[in-house]
Amino acid sequence: MSAIILPGADGSLYQRDMAWHPPAHTPGYKSTTFRAPRHSMLSLGPTKSELSGPTFGHETLGALDNDLIRNFSQDGTEAIGQRLVVYGQVLDENARAVPNTLVEFWQANAGGRYRHKKEGYLAALDPNFGGFGRAITDENGFYSFRTVKPGAYPWPNGGNDWRPAHIHFSVFGHAFAQRLITQMYFEGDPMIWQCPIVGTVPDKAGIEQLIARLDRHNTTPMDALAYRFDIVLRGRRSTMFENRLEGN
Amino acid sequence: MLHPTPILKETPSQTAGPYVHIGMTPNFAELRGVYDDPGATMLSEDTKGERIAIVGRVIDGAGAPVADAVIEIWQADAQGSFAGPAARHSNSAPSFTGWGRQAADGDGVFSFQTIKPGAVEGPDGRPQAPHVSLWIVARGINIGLQTRLYFADEAAANEGDYVLNKIMDKRRRQTLIARREEGPVPRYVLDIHLQGEKETVFFDF
Ligand SMILES: [Fe+2]
Repeated sequence: MSAIILPGADGSLYQRDMAWHPPAHTPGYKSTTFRAPRHSMLSLGPTKSELSGPTFGHETLGALDNDLIRNFSQDGTEAIGQRLVVYGQVLDENARAVPNTLVEFWQANAGGRYRHKKEGYLAALDPNFGGFGRAITDENGFYSFRTVKPGAYPWPNGGNDWRPAHIHFSVFGHAFAQRLITQMYFEGDPMIWQCPIVGTVPDKAGIEQLIARLDRHNTTPMDALAYRFDIVLRGRRSTMFENRLEGN
Repeated sequence: MLHPTPILKETPSQTAGPYVHIGMTPNFAELRGVYDDPGATMLSEDTKGERIAIVGRVIDGAGAPVADAVIEIWQADAQGSFAGPAARHSNSAPSFTGWGRQAADGDGVFSFQTIKPGAVEGPDGRPQAPHVSLWIVARGINIGLQTRLYFADEAAANEGDYVLNKIMDKRRRQTLIARREEGPVPRYVLDIHLQGEKETVFFDF
């Protein structure tokens, strides 16, 4: 047998620390009122069905899949807005890189407008910006993409609530029970601390985990600023013993 | 055996928001020409097993459809095996991916074309009843909801299933069992109730 086990491909996962995640019902975020289950989740260890998961290595990504500045361009014109490289490492709770996993992202344009038929915000659409892309992490767990900085936008919740600039992320890992959706915010943005959706995360240290850091070192000179956003997925419990478990 | 404790905290979940279709099913959201919607097709000509459809609705606690949901499924093949990682640099797709993703439509309705899975071994060493894992995200859902679909015509297997038997209130087990409707392709129908009297059982696996 192979001595290398992908995280989550075998063995069990650490139990999810549900107190670290937002509870289902968060009154400050009104959409949870009728959508939050009222029964508590039934806690069970994962079975083979949850310890396995889809893999995406066989799919060939298009050259522009991780370039939101150009992947929706209608006429070759690049998207309008402040140019960014967003990158980071996908890790597990044991601080081990999660290679070859699919990371998807979507966001509003520079004015804070989503390209969606139900979106009614008056900020203008950019004809050359779709607002979505994807990447697969490399052997060291790194992903990266080019985009423009999303604008803040108002939304119907309280009387005058605004979302801070953010990018939505979907990450797979290697086990279906590692599946995660989250949002990334930008270092230094005062709007973060006023947002009811950010506020669903109970712990300030948890919120800090959602804030990408400006990375001057990886700036593309005369082109784009860089932000780093690392993502941590659930980890396997038996890390220290994997070679012996698997090899003898 | 010693269990090491985790040294990093998992990144906190955040809601997928109202525009999750843009990022996860862009063609469904009418954003075409960039790439195909991942998980739209699970089957190939070579897939072995009984072709079925899995259909249902996602409904909130007020009885309203959850039109901005995305539903993903993950399941074993007809022999009870999961699709393994592809060989490095392989260009061939597996004959059955085991993974599907669909957007809910304006009525909260979703539909998957798949096969009926075989039994997978449970933690107690006995076969689990055939089942499909589901994961649901939408605006107003702060962390992706994990649940399962079981098959009404597998009553005996369901009776002995490891996970179903962990649900103490037996009446609530019914929230996971899809009824079968015959047709050219048999349909298994299961509604997901986020809240209310028929609230689906959700798991923290
Ligand atoms: Fe958003």
